[in-house]
Formats: sequence, C-alpha cells, structure tokens
Amino acid sequence: MLLAVLSGFLLAAVAPWLVPRLGAHAGRVLALLPVGLFLWFASLLPAVGGGETLLWEYAWVPGLDVQLGFLVDGLSLLFALLISGIGALVTLYAGSYLAGHRDLARFFVWLLAFMASMLGLVLSDGLIALFVFWELTSITSFLLIGFAHEDKTARQAALQGLFVTVGGGLALLAGFVLLALAAGGWSLSAVLDAGDAVREHAHYAVIAWLIFLGAFTKSAQVPFHFWLPNAMAAPTPVSAYLHSATMVKAGVYLLARFQPALGGTDLWVFTLTLVGAATLFTGALLALRSSGMKRMLAYSTVMALGTLTLLAGIGGETAAIAFVAFLLAHSLYKGALFLIAGVIDHETGCREVPEMGGFGRAMPVSFAVAVLAALSAAGVMPLFGFIAKELLFESALGLAAWQPVVLTLTLAGLVGGVAVAAVVGLRPWIGRPVTTPREPHEAPLDLLAGPALLALLGLLFGLLPGLAERGLLAAAAGAVHGQAVTPNLALWHGLNLPLAMSALTLVAGLLVAWRWDGIRKMLVGLGFVERFGAERGYDAGMLGLVRVAAWQTRLLQNGHLRYYILTTLSATALLLVYALVTRHAVIPPWSSSGVRLYEVVIGAVVLMAALVAVTTRSRLGAVASLGAAGFGVALIYVLFSAPDVGITQVLIETLTVLMLVLVLFRLPSFLGLTPGRIKLRDASISLTIGGLMSWLLLDAVAAHHQGSISRYFVENAVPAGHGQNIVNVILVDFRALDTLGEIVVLGLAAIGVYAMIKLRAEDRRRRGKEEPR
Amino acid sequence: MRPEIALPILIPLAAGALSLLAWRSHAAQRTLGLVGTGLLLAASLWLAASTWQDGILVMHMGGWPAPFGIVLVSDLLGAIMVVLAGITGFATAVYSLVAVGREHERFGYYPLLHLLLAGVNGAFLTGDVFNLYVWFEVMLVASFALLILGGERAQMEGAIKYVTLNLLSSALFLSAIGLLYGMAGTLNMADLAVRLAETGSNGLTTVIAVLFLVAFGIKAAAFPLFFWLPASYHTPLVAVSALFAGLLTKVGVYALFRFFTLIFTHDVAFTHEVLLWIAAATMLTGVLGAAAQFEFRRILSFHIVSQIGYMIMGLALYTPLAIVGGVFYIVHHIIVKANLFLISGVVYRLRGSYELARLGGLYRSSPGLALLFLIPALSLAGMPPLSGFFAKFILVRAGLEAGAYTVVGVALVVGLLTLYSMIKIWNEVFWKAMPENDGEPNDDVMNDDRPAQPAGGLALLYLPVIGLAALTLGIGLGAQPFLELAERAAAQLLDPTGYIHAVLGDAAGIRP
Repeated sequence: MLLAVLSGFLLAAVAPWLVPRLGAHAGRVLALLPVGLFLWFASLLPAVGGGETLLWEYAWVPGLDVQLGFLVDGLSLLFALLISGIGALVTLYAGSYLAGHRDLARFFVWLLAFMASMLGLVLSDGLIALFVFWELTSITSFLLIGFAHEDKTARQAALQGLFVTVGGGLALLAGFVLLALAAGGWSLSAVLDAGDAVREHAHYAVIAWLIFLGAFTKSAQVPFHFWLPNAMAAPTPVSAYLHSATMVKAGVYLLARFQPALGGTDLWVFTLTLVGAATLFTGALLALRSSGMKRMLAYSTVMALGTLTLLAGIGGETAAIAFVAFLLAHSLYKGALFLIAGVIDHETGCREVPEMGGFGRAMPVSFAVAVLAALSAAGVMPLFGFIAKELLFESALGLAAWQPVVLTLTLAGLVGGVAVAAVVGLRPWIGRPVTTPREPHEAPLDLLAGPALLALLGLLFGLLPGLAERGLLAAAAGAVHGQAVTPNLALWHGLNLPLAMSALTLVAGLLVAWRWDGIRKMLVGLGFVERFGAERGYDAGMLGLVRVAAWQTRLLQNGHLRYYILTTLSATALLLVYALVTRHAVIPPWSSSGVRLYEVVIGAVVLMAALVAVTTRSRLGAVASLGAAGFGVALIYVLFSAPDVGITQVLIETLTVLMLVLVLFRLPSFLGLTPGRIKLRDASISLTIGGLMSWLLLDAVAAHHQGSISRYFVENAVPAGHGQNIVNVILVDFRALDTLGEIVVLGLAAIGVYAMIKLRAEDRRRRGKEEPR
Repeated sequence: MRPEIALPILIPLAAGALSLLAWRSHAAQRTLGLVGTGLLLAASLWLAASTWQDGILVMHMGGWPAPFGIVLVSDLLGAIMVVLAGITGFATAVYSLVAVGREHERFGYYPLLHLLLAGVNGAFLTGDVFNLYVWFEVMLVASFALLILGGERAQMEGAIKYVTLNLLSSALFLSAIGLLYGMAGTLNMADLAVRLAETGSNGLTTVIAVLFLVAFGIKAAAFPLFFWLPASYHTPLVAVSALFAGLLTKVGVYALFRFFTLIFTHDVAFTHEVLLWIAAATMLTGVLGAAAQFEFRRILSFHIVSQIGYMIMGLALYTPLAIVGGVFYIVHHIIVKANLFLISGVVYRLRGSYELARLGGLYRSSPGLALLFLIPALSLAGMPPLSGFFAKFILVRAGLEAGAYTVVGVALVVGLLTLYSMIKIWNEVFWKAMPENDGEPNDDVMNDDRPAQPAGGLALLYLPVIGLAALTLGIGLGAQPFLELAERAAAQLLDPTGYIHAVLGDAAGIRP
C-alpha cells in the first residue's frame, strides 16, 4: 500500500530523465502507472464492497503520534479509483495535449506528484499524514497553476490558490490537533470511534469551524470560491484533473469523512447546508455570467462542490447515497467536459463560448462526447447525472430546518446548472461555422479517449445503476453515513416530487440557455459582483497586508540608530519597571552609616564629571570630564583594596582620553542641533535607566546573604596557585579561559582595524588609477 | 579527561591562529579553512555522540573544582548546537572557496571565520556566566570585523548599528552578571541554579532575570530589540550572511534556553509569560517586516527575526513538548536559514543582483537551483513533509495542549505569511521572465564577490546547498531520530538536577 501511494512520487522523481527519452510516447508510458494503480485498487473492490475496512499501518514519527496508516473503505476506495482512473486518462491526454512543449517533463513531475499526494490524502488514516498530503496537493496545485509562469496572471492565480488553500490548511492543522486531543487518538479510525466524545467536547464548535475553514477553502465554497476560476490559468488537463475531479473534492471528502463523528449537530447541519446552498447558487450565477468555456465549467464546478457540501450537511441515509452518486456523476461528466474544452482549444484555438459555433461538422466525435456529458450534467434521463439529481432533491426535501431557503437556492442553482450544460454541450457545435484561429479538425485518439470513456461511463452507470452501486457506491455511502446502507439506485422512482422538480429545472434551464446571450449581458451589468465580491476582499486583504507591513517597517526599522537605541533602552526600562512593580515592592534599604567622607567626595566628583560631559558644548571638555569620571572610579577601586585594578583603570582612562583627543581634533566644531524637547526625552530615559541600575545594585548588595566564591581564591592563591597577587592568579590560572578569550578579542579587533584601514585605502587607490582612463 | 569537550573550541582557535601565521598564502588559508571546519564538524559529532552515550560531560578548566574554576559542560542542547555550528561552518567554508575573493582573503577572512566559530562554540559549551560573556565578546568582535570586510559604505553603516546595539546588550549582560554575582556570590551556572533555588522566589532575582532577558533578547533579535539585524545582515559577503544567519542569533536563543531552564525558573509565571508575549510579537513583526521588503537578503533577514519568535515560543510555553519543539525548531532553522542565504548568493552570482525586480527566469535556466530553493523555502514556511513542518507542528500541538491559543494562532498566521514571502521570491526570481536589461549591468552591491573564473566554481557553491537541502529533507522524512534527540535534550533542560550534579558532583549543596 505504501508503494502504491508513493510510487507516484518515485515516478515523478525520474520523470525529468524519462520524458525526453520517451518522446511522443511519454504520456502513454507514464499513464501505465495510474492504470496499474487503478487495477490494484479495483482488486480491493470485492473485499470493500463486502463491507470490510482495510487498514495498513506504517510508523513514521511515532514520538509525535504521526503514522502513515492507510484506511480503505468505500469512500476512500471510490476516491482512489477516481484519482487513479481519471489520472490515467489525463496523463494520456496531457502527453498529446502538451506534445512538444518544452516544459513537458516538469509538467509530468508535478502532475504525478500531485496524483500521489491526492491518493495519500484520501487513503490516510493518520490525521497528520492526511494533513501532510493535503498540503502537498496545495503545493503541487500551485506549481501546476503557474505552469505558464512567465505570464503574470498565471503567477498571481497560482499564489492566490496557494494562499487561500494553505490558509485554510493551517486552520485545519489546528483543528486536527484539537480534534485528536478531544478524541484521544490521532487517526481517522480513532476519531470515528469517538464521535460522541467529540460532539460533546467543550471544543467541538472550534474544531468544527476549523475543519470547515480547511474544507471550504480547498473546495472553493463561498466566500472562498474565487480562487478556483482563476486557477483555470493552468493547462486544461490540470483543470480537468485537479480543479474539477480530484483536488477540489478534498474538502468535501473531509466533510463526508467526518460526518459520522462530527455531523448531525445543529452547527454542522446549519452551516453546511446554508454554505453549500449559497455556493451552489453563486456558482450557477457566476457560470452564466462568464464567457470563457473553462471559466464557465469552473464556476459550475463550484456549484457542484456546493451541492456536495449541502449533501454532507444534510446527513442521513439518502443524503449519503446522494453524496456519493453525485460525486461520481460529477467527476465523470465534468472531467469529460473539461477535456473537451481542451480539445476545442487545441483543435480550433477558441476559448470563448460566444465565439464558437458549428464545430460539430468537423469534429463529430467530440460533439457526441460533449452532448453525452452535458446531458449527464443537466441531469437528463437515462444518464447517471439524472439519478444523482433525483437523490439530491429527495435529500433536500428531507431537510428539517431552513428547508425553504435551501430548496429555493438549490432549484435556482440547478436551473443555472442545466443552462450551463446546455450552453457548453450545444453552443460550440451547432449553428453556422465561425472563423477560428485554427481550422477545426477532429482530435487525435489520445485526446478523445479520456473524455469519451468518461462520458460513456456516465451513460453506462445510468442505464445499469446497480453496476456502480453494488461494487462501490453502497460501501461508500455506508462510510459517509456511518453505518451500512442499501441504496437501491434506479432511474425510475415513479411520479413524485423529485421528478417534477427535475423536469422543472430542465425546462427552465433550457429557456435560460436559449436566451443566454441576453441574460449574460444583464448579469455582467451587475457591477456589484465585482465591487463587493469575495475576490475584492482577498485583494484588499493582500494590499492591506503590504501596507501594514510597510507602515510597520517605517515605524520600527526606520534606519536611525538613535531611535533603535531609544527603543531598546525604553523597552528595557519598561520591562524592568514592570518587573519591579509587580514582583518586587521592596524599597532599597538606604543607610548612611559607614559611608566615609572621602567616599562622598569621590562620588560627587564622578557625578559632576558625568554631568559636565553631558552638558558641555566642547568636545575636548567632554572627553576630559569623562576621563575625570574614570579616574574617580579608579580611586574607588584603590580604596576598596584593588590597587592593581585601579592602576589598570588609570592606564585605560589615560589612553582613551589621549586617543579621543587625537581623533576629535580632526572633527569640525560641535553643532547643537537637538531641540530641547528631544534632550529632555533622552535625559529622562538615561536617568531612568541609570536610576534603575543603581536601585538594583543597592538591592543586590543588600540581598547578598550567601558566601562568595571569592573566599576560595583568597585562600588558595598562594598554596595552590603559587602567586601572591590574587588578581593575577585569577586572571592566569583560576579563570585563565576568560583571559584566553580576551586575548582573542584583542587579536580580532586588530585584524578588523587593519582590514578596515587597508581595504579602504587600496580601494581608493585602485579607483584613482582607473579614473583617468 | 574527555578531550572532545574542548576540541570544538580548540580546533577553530588553532585553525585561526595558523591562518594568521599563513597570512600571505591563499592556498594555505583555504586549505586550513576546509580542514579546520571539517575537523570541527567531526569533533562536534564526536562530542554529540559521547554526550548521547554517556550523559552530560564536564571538563574543569585548569583542574580547579567547580564552582571556583571555569567548567565546560556539554549537555545535549550544547552538543546539538556545537554540531550545528560545525555543519554551518563547514558548509560556509566550502562555499567560501569560490564565493570569497582574494580581496577579502587578504584581510583575514579565514582567521575571522575560525575565531568566530571558536567564540560560538565557547558560548555553547561554557558552564560559567562570565565566561559566556567573554565568548560573546569574541563573537561580537569577530562578527564585526567580518561585517566590515570589504569596507563599503553600506557595510559600515550596517556594522555601526550592529556593533552599537550589541554593545548595549553586552553592557546589560555584564551589569546583570555583576548584580547576580553581588547577590549570589558565584558565577558557575549550576552553582547559581542551586543557590537561587535555596533563596526561593525572590523579586530581585526576577528583576535580574529580566535584565538577562533583555541582554539575550538583543542578541537573539527578539521584539523590540531586533533592529541591528535587518540593518546589517544584507550587507556583508553572502557567505558571512549565511554564517551569521545560521548561528549568531541562535547563540542568544541558546542563552535564553540555558538561563531560563537552569537558572531562572523560580518565577515561571512572570518570566515565561513575558517570553511568550515577546515570542508572539517577534513572530509577527518579523514576518511583516519581510512582507515589506523586495530584496532577497533583506527578506531573509526579517524572517530570521520572525523565526526566533517560534523558538522563544517553545521556551516560553515551558512544557516538555514545547521545549522539544523549541530545540527541534533551532535545529531546523539553522540549516534552512543558512542554506537560503547561500542560495541567494548563487542567484547573485548568476544574475548579479539581490533586487527581486531585477531578477527572473531562473526556473527556466536553472531548474536544479529552483528545486534547491523550494526545499528550504517551503520548509521555512512550515510546509510538510519538510523539517519546518514538524518543528511547527510540535509547537502548535504543545501550544494547544497548554491552552495558549493566541500564540498558536499567531504562529499559524505567521506561517502563512512566511509562505507568502517565500512565494514572492519564487515568483519574482524563478518564475518571472528575466526583466529586460536597461543597459546597466546588474551590480547594485559594490562589494562584487563574483569570481574571476565564473563557471568552474559553481559546483562548489552548489555542494553545500545540496547538502543542507538534503538535511532539511531528511529531518522531515525521518523525523523520529531527530525528535528523540530533541526529546532527550529537552528532558535534560527541564530537570536540571542532572546538569547540576554533573558539574558540582558531590559538592552540590555544600557551601564553602
């Protein structure tokens, strides 16, 4: 099983090497893998059809409860068969569609990687593994949408799709973690077993919403639907495969998968039915508003995804059956229609429906396939789409709450759906032939095999519904419903309400299709769709992001060192004060006893010197007073029995003053440009920091109640360190490593200064030489 | 005596000294660069293996007993960090063979590189607070010298900001050490842990902890103390950028981990709460900063800041899983970040610019490089199944388990924005067609480190990039052993008695 899932990645890895060697046969040869996978999955049918659930377990990161388990029941097997089956047809198709394209090898790399990811997604038992594959489908989809990457719109569409789906994916990750914590297990099986515990958990609503977010973004539900039509920038085989038949169904797969565990609550039913119905309606409306064939199909895919969400929300046996039936029907007819759209583009160069007409004569086979698929899409007897539509109505009628709203939206949406099917199924083929960029001619077998097979399967399953049901759909519906179901699919259910509704949508839809040009113009006139559409929200969000980012950078990273210092010190002061106030209400003890007069004098001198250094307008004066402060500190060292430290300090102070004077000597005179307000601000921060440090110091010294390690140095300097000068022994023996480090620092500083001086000088010399030329 | 503890410091020190002696010989310096960092990597692996096998290792410098002399301590966190320094150092050295011109070699590039590594490893291994300060100084001066190597105006400007703010950190650090010593009378970290635990919860200790927090926060480039990083990291040689990006801020993060698991755990409700807020703010401000940039290395620089937030988040949550996440994140981040900078250098070499607007067409002309970029870039954004995904997943899980919903939310959103940045680079540099050249050669950075011999060296540039990308992939696909490593490192951090006992031995608890 692991091999089955990962084989796509392996083949993708060698594709760049393989494809150029296979030449024109690349598509046909590469399609062998999905064909093999399809057969292998088909061989699992008897067991799964018999109600078994197969489970494979592989360890991955057991420490994090991340396992590569694979769960095969009716639902995942249905998906796996669709993915591998349509995958085979699309691979074959793409080999011909993109024949000779310079990026064909890369295309197959990402396509095969996508297929493997998608298989992993639907087969995974482990929640985290499922998420991993989920994100991988987003990435591969990104790379495929941006196939024509030198085109800006393709790049933007790719980014948009990625951003929306990954954003939802992150919500999903949080949802999965919470779900696993609530269910007490990190696999689908564990979650499905713990349904009651999850539904009663305090976090249930959060979990459900996070998973909704993931599912809605991936499956292009309102208000996240806008990325899908833009994703049509991808080559047509990708649109047919990822953005119609498989990847976009991942979201509804998730909803169906979790329905037994999470479904049935008010939140679940309410949210999913309303969002589903709204998406259904919006998709239909926007499809009628579009003119590009792929765009129309994309919006009608949005519509279908809304339908599936609606069905996942309704719950119950009928809805479960309707869900799997509609899923299968849609994958078949929509895949076929997309591939036909690609055929039209490939053979005539036309993409806009209003510019098409009369192709039927030159391309009779394509015409027949298109009509067959469109009939299924419209839900016409005796195609499989009809059965799915009947079931949809039946489920919607069984809805307890919000039924009128949902039903109205569904009916209206399906009218649009019929109209779209009629437009794309008839418009390009009938009527007077139009002039096209390329002379229309029938497509080669590789291009026709896929759509023809899909369309014929739609007919076959319609005529013999038991064929699909017994092997697969019953088991799949059982997995969605959570217990075994007996679908009993049939074309004829007698004269009942669903049939009447079906007929109604058919008639109304045909009327709309007949008057489509006028209706489309009217819909295009509705400017609010653009002004207030969800895509506008996305654009505004992205723009806002960049603006906020730019504003924040101007505010924080403004390029001025003085503000950086200011901010750093203010933050330090703030944190210290916060800590002092909340954790340390002690006033530092102050006693003047033991302070000697000369200490006071030295302290006063140091303070005065610091004050002069700050206030003086003469650089030399400032340097001199800094030196005075330094000498004062040296005196303090001497007084506290550290004469050698004091001597060192005197040396350093002298050198510093000398060097500073030498440097400052060359600078122009001092200009006092800082206004008083700023001075006040800087002074207050300096005083705050200085005050805080003094406070802390007094406190730390007062709190000193444990013995210090220094006593050890005093006791051991002579006997163990063999030195009379304790400081020296500390420097070269007790703590010699520190001294080593400091020596390194000095060496480094020397290299740095040397490089700074020399490299600049040479640079100048070289430029000087070059200039006269 | 365990020589492996001191070797990660001694080898680069020796290599640095020898390179100084071979000042005039390019060949000798290059060889030393390769051999020195290679040996360092080997020694660091030896140290890690020993630490894994035998537990925490201690070496008493000069034979003086703890807590009086200086000790070098290698626990798993320290050893992991040393290995990462070895990997980054070696990768940089290989890359430098081609990427660093003679101009820079002549002014001490290799000695500086070695001594910087010595400082970094010293910081990771020392068990003494003041000795840590010394290693920080070594790092600071070495990095400053590397920053200005080339002497361009932009470099100077960046370096001045860098050194000023870092000196501020040093001053705070030193003051904090002074206060701590004044209060507890010791400098040995293990001894400090013992003594502060005896004192019990104490407001003054908390305030001093805050001082350390700020000092290390500046080093780690946390909010709102990160200014020096975006101001300087895009200016030096790209090999230097990569080394800095991988290692320097992580020393600050390491110090935070060390201090706030070993020494300052008396008032977790305060200190780690503050850390959590800092973590969230750091993630957010860093990623937003990146969103406003349109220069390859500047984008990457801001993302360092943002990612530091994730690591601090792990520390701040202070649960076993969160610390595991923090350690895992550090490992992941160093490898990925250094690699991204190296890749930006390859792009510069091919196209002569870091400006996104002036780049393009590399997906078409160098698909291999594109793939090599995609791996660390997606990993940085936390996309599965790469190392960054597991790093992020552990933190998210730990955060949700601990009920820290806000910070988890921030972490997830920041992940998305990181992806946005990476895709921005991808779209502009790799997917977009190369913009029409306006006649001027692409050469906005003056310190042109493009080679005299363009073609032959490219393989050497790719080598470290490939190696690091393979590591990224490996940590993702085979996360289990790395997780176990991080788990044991975290266990050592959360139960400091092992560390204290190893350092102080039977003296633990006995006051002089």
